Amino acid sequence: MIIADQKPLDEVLGYLKDYKNIAIAACGTCVTICLAGGLAEAENLAEALRIARGASGRPASVRVFSLKRQCDAEFIEEADLELRWADAILSTACGVGVQFMAERFQVVLPGLNTTFFGASRDAGLWTEMCQGCGNCVLERTGGICPVTRCSKSNFNGPCGGSSKGKCEIDSETDCGWQLIYEKLKSLGKLERLYEIQEIKDWRSARDGGPRKRVAPLSCADELAVEQNAVDWT
Amino acid sequence: MSGLQEALLSGAFSVSAELGPPMSADAEFVRKKARALKGLCNAVNITDNQTAIVRMSSIAASCLTLSEGVEPIMQMTCRDRNRIAMQSDLLGAYALGIRNVLCLSGDHQVFGSHPESKNVYDIDSIQLVRALSDMKKKKCFINGKPMKFPPEFFIGAAANPFADPYELQMIRLHKKIEAGAEFIQTQAIYDLEKFEKWMEDVRAAGLHTKAYFLAGILVNKSVKSIEMSAQVPGIEIPQELMNRMRSAQSAEEEGKRIALSLIERISKIQGVSGIHIMAVGWESAVPEIIERSTLKSKS
Ligand code: SF4
Ligand code: SF4
Repeated sequence: MIIADQKPLDEVLGYLKDYKNIAIAACGTCVTICLAGGLAEAENLAEALRIARGASGRPASVRVFSLKRQCDAEFIEEADLELRWADAILSTACGVGVQFMAERFQVVLPGLNTTFFGASRDAGLWTEMCQGCGNCVLERTGGICPVTRCSKSNFNGPCGGSSKGKCEIDSETDCGWQLIYEKLKSLGKLERLYEIQEIKDWRSARDGGPRKRVAPLSCADELAVEQNAVDWT
Repeated sequence: MSGLQEALLSGAFSVSAELGPPMSADAEFVRKKARALKGLCNAVNITDNQTAIVRMSSIAASCLTLSEGVEPIMQMTCRDRNRIAMQSDLLGAYALGIRNVLCLSGDHQVFGSHPESKNVYDIDSIQLVRALSDMKKKKCFINGKPMKFPPEFFIGAAANPFADPYELQMIRLHKKIEAGAEFIQTQAIYDLEKFEKWMEDVRAAGLHTKAYFLAGILVNKSVKSIEMSAQVPGIEIPQELMNRMRSAQSAEEEGKRIALSLIERISKIQGVSGIHIMAVGWESAVPEIIERSTLKSKS
């Protein structure tokens, strides 16, 4: 899922200062699970904004709206009318949600810093696992991503900074290549590490420009068939 | 052909030293250091923004070194440039007369002077070795397109005989040589026993017949300096050497003596073709070490 952090209150207060009717739009999916932008966090943020604005002598009315998903037009539509009340919407969705909302409403501002794609590793701990490079190599690396979990995205083994299983960037971060080594060793597949991995084609990643996914032909056909069926009746 | 390659081919025990470019545009700084090493070693490594601190480019400093009559080994890291910039720099470096390149990952920029910078790593160091080798042998760019006048560098890579896991590091060494590395410079050696064992494995795999091995020697100036070396990942210093430094009357002299005795013993290990002397922040000691070690290059 997508992981995010709350923005510092001062930053948010700064760009909300000219608005009086502020809607905080919480998002019910990823950012709810990572405790950054769900309903509970949005309520807390609303309270903090009210207090700060009151104290500054420029009170604002702040209301919280809960959307199931801000990356899906269907759910934004449901809240559309109510959200029109606001002169600014502070979205506590990830960057995708904020942008999608901003396509529909005039003033939509971010309440979070979107950080990475990660997993809930422990209570209150999320770690980055994938960078969406568009050409997954996990089959070759024992299910551990070298692009993401090696700080240098090495494809051919560890750099000289790997020490006692930790990455050179800090002693808390596992060296991705140590993990790959251990996993392949336990699978009895260490010989795979002798293969020189070719230079990656980064076009499938963000480097090729903004990406889009069009439903594959088979799905599109099905959709078309359904469409036609409707037309004929 | 690179002078270093020629020397190694001839079977001469070779010496490389290291020169860190300045954090400024001061050409004289480089020239002076190069002059001090002239005639003493076969080639000098010119570091590429080492520890991710912005310094004069390794190409420019290599060129200045060359103009002083000292052969450079241009270090190139994968940290700062994508494949377009790297290949372009390689063409330029060769055009300017640089003949040796050492391919490295590069220290992560979080350690350096600009931790805020974007981390590139478009290709990794083994892929860089492969790219250099393809330029030379297949006369092509990374994209496979032919190149008319390809650079023919003498290709180097680094290895650490002490890094863990040993097995994984060995696999990586194999790969570097398979990718096209022609010479290997090692991390600083203090623990001779471990190094001997490593060279045994290198020989058993026949790697010493496919690439030249230059053993790293770090010259320490003080107790603090050896203590700092001990903290570098993959450097292990036997207690006995630490004690010798601590109890020495002159740590400077003791540091040189330790280096000299290591050189003496390493030069006898089969499969070692030369040494690579590092004296970070104490480059002035290098000429004396080389003089006293009777390793003075014949070039
Ligand atoms: S290889 Fe690419 S797609 Fe696969 S986990 Fe890593 S970043 Fe994600
Ligand atoms: S220490 Fe390991 S994870 Fe860190 S950059 Fe080097 S290889 Fe990658």
